[in-house]
Amino acid sequence: MAYKYETVIGLEVHAELSTNSKLFCNCEVKFGSEANTQTCPICLGMPGVLPVMNQRAVEFSIRAALGLNCKIASYSKFDRKNYFYPDLPKGYQISQYDLPLAYDGHVDYELDGETKRVRINRIHLEEDAGKLVHADVTGNPNQSYVDFNRSCVPLLEIVSEPDLRSPAEAIAYWRAVKEILEYVEISDCNMEEGSFRCDANISLRPVGSKELGTRTELKNKNSFQHVMTALEYEEKRQARILDQGGKVIQETVLFDINTGRTASMRSKEEAHDYRYFPEPDLVPFEVDAAEVERIRAALPELPAERRKRFVEEYGIPTYDAEFLTATRQMADFFDETARLSSDPKGSSNWIMGDLSGLLNNAGIEIQDAKVTPAHLSELIELIKNQTISGKIAKSVLPDVFETGKTPKQIVEEKGLSQISDASAIESIVDQVIEENPGPAQDYRDGKQKAIGFLVGQVMKATRGKANPQMVNQLLQQKLTG
Amino acid sequence: MATITTEGVRHVANLARLEFNKEEMEHFTDQLARILGYIGKLNELETDEVPPTSHIHPHQVFIMGSETEASHVAKPDVVKPSYPREELRAREITAVELTESVYARIAEVEPHVKGYLTLTKDLALEQASRADAGFQNGDDMPALAGIPIAIKDVICTKGVRTTCASKILETFVPPYDATVMKKLHAQGIVMIGKTNMDEFAMGSSTENSAYQITHNPWDLDTIPGGSSGGSAAVVSADTAICSLGSDTGGSIRQPAALCGVVGMKPTYGRVSRYGLVAFASSLDQIGPFTKDVTDCALLLNAICGSDTMDATSVDVPVPDFTQSLINDVKGLKIGIPKEYFTPALDSEIAQQVHTATAVLEALGATVEEISLPHTEYAIATYYIIAPAEASANLARYDGVRYGYRNENPEDLIDMYKRTRSEAFGEEVKRRIMIGTFALSAGYQDAYYRKAQKVRTLIKSDFDAAFEKVDVIATPTSPTPAFKIGERTDDPLQMYLSDVMTTPASHAGLPGISVPCGFVKNGLPVGLQLLGAPFAEKKVLRVAYTFEQNTDHHRQKPKIGT
Repeated sequence: MAYKYETVIGLEVHAELSTNSKLFCNCEVKFGSEANTQTCPICLGMPGVLPVMNQRAVEFSIRAALGLNCKIASYSKFDRKNYFYPDLPKGYQISQYDLPLAYDGHVDYELDGETKRVRINRIHLEEDAGKLVHADVTGNPNQSYVDFNRSCVPLLEIVSEPDLRSPAEAIAYWRAVKEILEYVEISDCNMEEGSFRCDANISLRPVGSKELGTRTELKNKNSFQHVMTALEYEEKRQARILDQGGKVIQETVLFDINTGRTASMRSKEEAHDYRYFPEPDLVPFEVDAAEVERIRAALPELPAERRKRFVEEYGIPTYDAEFLTATRQMADFFDETARLSSDPKGSSNWIMGDLSGLLNNAGIEIQDAKVTPAHLSELIELIKNQTISGKIAKSVLPDVFETGKTPKQIVEEKGLSQISDASAIESIVDQVIEENPGPAQDYRDGKQKAIGFLVGQVMKATRGKANPQMVNQLLQQKLTG
Repeated sequence: MATITTEGVRHVANLARLEFNKEEMEHFTDQLARILGYIGKLNELETDEVPPTSHIHPHQVFIMGSETEASHVAKPDVVKPSYPREELRAREITAVELTESVYARIAEVEPHVKGYLTLTKDLALEQASRADAGFQNGDDMPALAGIPIAIKDVICTKGVRTTCASKILETFVPPYDATVMKKLHAQGIVMIGKTNMDEFAMGSSTENSAYQITHNPWDLDTIPGGSSGGSAAVVSADTAICSLGSDTGGSIRQPAALCGVVGMKPTYGRVSRYGLVAFASSLDQIGPFTKDVTDCALLLNAICGSDTMDATSVDVPVPDFTQSLINDVKGLKIGIPKEYFTPALDSEIAQQVHTATAVLEALGATVEEISLPHTEYAIATYYIIAPAEASANLARYDGVRYGYRNENPEDLIDMYKRTRSEAFGEEVKRRIMIGTFALSAGYQDAYYRKAQKVRTLIKSDFDAAFEKVDVIATPTSPTPAFKIGERTDDPLQMYLSDVMTTPASHAGLPGISVPCGFVKNGLPVGLQLLGAPFAEKKVLRVAYTFEQNTDHHRQKPKIGT
């Protein structure tokens, strides 16, 4: 359809902040706890309670906003957004209306080898609502329950400008945001647990038109695949309507994962009149410019910059750099290993190869593994100084992974160091020649290949510990000498 | 401004999850039209350039009303509370005996006054015994140890039912204590019970209680004022030594005046609101009712102070308020705002207040007329801002988690509507409707935002006045206590009862009402003294001096005779 309509998409990304406690009370935030165990009178909206700002949440928000190249408002306030819903204990959500914490930012992302930019309109901080538990869980169609564990968890809303031109762009942008938020360590962005989700607005307009078409809104998606499928469906549906001369109705549509279709959702508030007004219980606050600079200075290097540096500084291929910067922890691991070992490509190979394999098998992330960059660089060093062969090293890493012992310890305990003592190898070489007169003669007769077999036999006899180069040299000497 | 149609009212009711039958709908449409018509007077003011006030203390707190005293000022008097503090210490009386005597008095006069919603005698005797044990041990006991105190039923008391005089919270037992309760318990007080009030503190007569009507001890046919009518009446009737109330637009000062006791609203932010069930968050403040200014200072000492649980409590040093019990007003300037002396003011009250200021002048204060030009807009402003905030504050009473719930709804929305319509009283519904309307799309600028701007003008009036004077003196109420039922059919008339008290509320000022005489039919009159933010000490000093030189506060009602 690209020839006729231009797709316009804007995303509202929601990320739960990974603070220890909730936004306005001291309740712990831990996913998967028993229903309503992480609650107190404040996040249950009991009579007489008051919210008190979690300063850490503001700091996290600023960190995120700086990572997304936003300006930080010098003066900000909270507002009440009024609507009734059983998961909203106070009957209003404390959010930010006209003076959000941050505004005017942008995110660059890569798609098909091209760098694209999305402008960010605003970022604001608000409290999350609880969660309704319906018949599919309770088994009773006449009853629903509410779990308030999530109520009052700090939630960052990142509102993009409608700069995205395709579902693929939307997903690429959303991924880039996720990567940045993970890098600045303000959210675990766990999509399955719902701590990273988005609403998408999509409209079509005739190619060349400057005016925006009527949009529909897709609510609360927490999977890249769902958003992609839903946006693609909506794109086609709207095009069909416009083709037939119809009008798209501005509404919230619900994507059914089973049918792969969107359907109009009955609005939860017939008239969207949220009656925002300044939250009288929270005093407006000023963010000190010096404080912002302090936070900015402490920001980690963001993924895009880091990729660039890895290629330039370490001379590793772009493919490697992209793989290694997928998470901040992975990139940190590589950075440190490359620095310690002075062998960036070797470090990269080990991380992308054997280490990733071990991580995948164990189903853990690099930061949770017992292997450290010091371990890996030591292993690389052991190969370089010929203490062990590359092959032995491959057998040492799983042990390090398993036990957290240093490679040196493991090599020592298992007696894996290469035998580089010529006299020790010599006697074995002699023995192998004696036991294998056939291949020995073959070599003497000029069949170069035969030496491979003999090296193998020596290695076998030494359980791989003999220095292969030395074995090769000795065999040649003995057979030709 | 808008014309109100039944359709508009229906839309607002839907937003607020309330439902009305046809008759109620017409009634509400008519009343809202009248109230909003009155509020339309705000349009007389040009406010394009005026910034709105949403919070009393902006993000940075500048302390006004410096507490530096003139150098010649005499020393404070020896603190003599109205209650037998020294006798408790000397073991001449026990806290249990004192408590028993209060319950004996309750048995005698409470059937006439009906000031209490809940009595907590077992708990009280336990607390009294604990205080006695402390006295027995010779412990250094706090000023209020063993003193019987009543608490307005809008303040959360752990394990003790807190209803806000509403059917919707009939069974609500808070699992936590309000910060003021923690502070009082740290003092070792004895809680006598929870007092009656207008439902959710909305009213000026305590007639809006879902449970009972409280009678003014001075004339049982009249109202005690409101919304803290129960807390005022029990102190006046000697069924408590002192009490706590809450003041949003005058709910401490007005009933104090009408019941002939001392009532003080501290500066907004002086006392933690944590555990005070919210009515209008930017205005609400807890404060004491006492028999005299000395007790008031002692109770203030106990309850003031910033609180990490209340972001709007202000971190300023809390002075020892008994240091302001100085019988001397020489060198102090007292302003009399001319706008308070309107034809609507009862002439006998005007006379008593003028007499009172003449007393202060005779004692060495300088008395001068001042102007607070936006006074006449305070009620209209108040009846936008307070209901707007209330409409959100009362949204949590939805039948989902606690309190009343309609058991036979058709669906979720019906559950909300029936629950709220059945369990909220008429005045509460009226205010939710006004507030929801004032915040709704298309009307927010004309009403809510406009009111916030006028609030700024009212506050500025006071700022300017306190450049010139130390304390402002006015009547507390335009009339003495009125008859029960007299104003219940006319909400607007009822709202006008707050005309003298709402201006200071908008500015978050400290204000006290002290007895200053009686009208001919024997009902008490209150003198309101207002100070700059955090200048409670000056207010208390003027009040104390007045009290030491008059005997109005020593008069007692003869209940039921």
